[in-house]
Amino acid sequence: MKSLSEIETTSKRATRAAGFSWGISEEVGKCIRLLELFGLPGIKNLNSYFNEKNLNDFENLKLIDKDNQPQKDMFCPINLGISFLDQIRNIETFNNCTFKNIAYPILLLPFLSRASEVIGKKILYNFDKNQFLLNFNLSISSNFIEEKCPVLAKNIKINFLENTDNFSEIEWKSLYKLSEETFVEETDSLKKGAAGAGLTDND
Amino acid sequence: MKVELRDPNIIMKLSRLGSFHQSKLSFLRSFLTEFKDWEYKRDLFDLDQNGFGVVVYSFKKKERVYSLICFANKIHDDERSDRVIATKWDAAFTLHDGTPNKEDIERLKKEVPKQEVGRLSYKELTLSRANKSVRVFDHVVKNLSNGKQPNLDLLDKVGYLYRTTAVYGSGKFGLADRFRIKNRDEINGPFRLEMMLVYLVRQFTFDQVNHVAKNKNPKKAVKLDPKICKNLGIGNSTGLGMAPFIVNHPTLLNNWIMSREKALKKIREIKKVDPQDSKLFKQCLRNSIKNITSWNTESDYQLKKIKNLLNDVKKFLDFIETKFNFGTDYPFNQLYLWVERETCEECIEYIVSLMMEPYNRIIEPLVKQMSSEEDRYFTIPTNRKVEELRLIIESKYSNILSVNFEKKQNHKKFWFISKNKEEPRIADRFEEQGADLEQPLAIARDIKRLYEKLLIIKKDITIDKFLSDNSDLRHVVRRAFIIEKFPYSEIQDNTISQNTIPIDMLRLKLSFFGALKFDPRSDKWLRICMFQGAPLPNELKDYDDHWIYKTNS
Repeated sequence: MKSLSEIETTSKRATRAAGFSWGISEEVGKCIRLLELFGLPGIKNLNSYFNEKNLNDFENLKLIDKDNQPQKDMFCPINLGISFLDQIRNIETFNNCTFKNIAYPILLLPFLSRASEVIGKKILYNFDKNQFLLNFNLSISSNFIEEKCPVLAKNIKINFLENTDNFSEIEWKSLYKLSEETFVEETDSLKKGAAGAGLTDND
Repeated sequence: MKVELRDPNIIMKLSRLGSFHQSKLSFLRSFLTEFKDWEYKRDLFDLDQNGFGVVVYSFKKKERVYSLICFANKIHDDERSDRVIATKWDAAFTLHDGTPNKEDIERLKKEVPKQEVGRLSYKELTLSRANKSVRVFDHVVKNLSNGKQPNLDLLDKVGYLYRTTAVYGSGKFGLADRFRIKNRDEINGPFRLEMMLVYLVRQFTFDQVNHVAKNKNPKKAVKLDPKICKNLGIGNSTGLGMAPFIVNHPTLLNNWIMSREKALKKIREIKKVDPQDSKLFKQCLRNSIKNITSWNTESDYQLKKIKNLLNDVKKFLDFIETKFNFGTDYPFNQLYLWVERETCEECIEYIVSLMMEPYNRIIEPLVKQMSSEEDRYFTIPTNRKVEELRLIIESKYSNILSVNFEKKQNHKKFWFISKNKEEPRIADRFEEQGADLEQPLAIARDIKRLYEKLLIIKKDITIDKFLSDNSDLRHVVRRAFIIEKFPYSEIQDNTISQNTIPIDMLRLKLSFFGALKFDPRSDKWLRICMFQGAPLPNELKDYDDHWIYKTNS
């Protein structure tokens, strides 16, 4: 089994060898490490992408807008990921954004996951039938289980989720009520003697 | 009185970093402190009459066990090399997480002796190999087998029976990643498991030499005197492999140096020094002279440094014994200012290390601050402005900005990774091929490039926009935002100059390991000694914390 340290170093070096700058290669190393840590096929897809990059052109997108479409080819997931991460504070203001034709869409995922941590919001990443909920770069929930990752995502939608509860107020109150059963009812004597401050603090 | 932390523009120069010495902050000393109450055992000793076979040692506390598995092999003299190009070694080692079973040992027997081309698992934590100092080992065997102790002069000269030639950890060759073990309290300090490996290897060398001598002459042989053992350490040959580490881990580097600087600051701020503390300081200082006079090297570069160090330490000793009164206010501050004014860099840093000796209460909390969560500082704050970045560079890299990289001598060298051994190397860019595959270790040059770019860009554009057109500078943009928070994260020097001495980078790291007796064999590799004078494993429960200044060699 390869260690995450080996995965990061080799991905970084390979990215540099594939023509990216050292700074971007460092980012890719971290991202592939992250994918593999989350149990997603990072090395496999990076390898396939670099093989295909030798044969085909991929487009870069310097400035991400609400709706984005390549001029003729597919978007490079690495350069797109870097742009997304760098511009996340602007992109967030769109509430959601769409893309057409991203190559190896799984490779974009760790950049989005890191972006989720930067803005402190969950990000929902949809491409074709696949859905990933990126939770502040701490975890990923998905319906993508042991499926083959597509080499091209045609329709991509990214939503920035507001920080809201995953449960109803009724459910919360019910659980809170149960939690109160760990508290001790304060008698007058306890009110006087069991806390640090006085009963009046007007001094 | 408030003392300022020392200026990174002075401390982070290569010549200063290359003058650092071990201290109470050093990892091998904090390892001993942490593991002194663990149960030490030799679990398996299965060597043949020539000392070849398997040995297992362990440290245990409650449910946690760390086991060193040693494989001693026969090699021919012409196969023995300290260089990384070697493929066979006298012994190979791995530190296993837990107690190894038979299957583990059989699996590791096939892999560990192969080192870089073997595969380890997440159950192994560190990996190393070592070669005998044949001259010393054979001499010791010969004498012990004849019932005599070895010649102490020879032992003093070398200082060890074996030297390691690499110690790997943190995920290399399939070893456990740091994240798997980072929450364990006992290893909350850098390189602690590497230190454990080296420490137990030292014990292996004594056990092996006794075993071989005994088998050679069972009736007459004696054991190596434990006092002699104690004064032997474990050697290490270190090459350029270590150099990029301190560039590639800026926040970690900062935390090491910052701990040292905070310690010095706090000591200088002590108004009244307890007489016991000043007595201990003076005692360590006096004893330490022996560490300098027994420092052997053939390197002219190091000999000159040792000579200056010895002169300056004697001058300092004379000053504090005849002219200085420890009863005055802020005595360590006064001493520091005197040392800075009157002595060489090597001596300044030597005295700084010594000043820490009486102050466990200052040092112990700092030891816990020497690790780093590096990923927390990796993402570039791209919402910030180009103007802010320019100001950071002007304030944090001011000396570097004065280097003229148009001059050939200032960018004569380049760092690369060798295809044969996947190890870092440095070469002349104008005479050798490969500069197009240069590693991103020329930070000073790239920072200057970045700065020149920033001067001609609109001030108020954000970093994300700057990066979209300047991807080639991304690695140094990241570093500049790191140094803003971590002032000691960067070597404030040119690492590709004609005059760069790479061993200065190695020495910095080795001093934090706790190495002694730096012996440069060229400007690119050196030999050192670790744990010389350290307590033996069976003495750990109650040992003298200042052992480093009490060796007999």
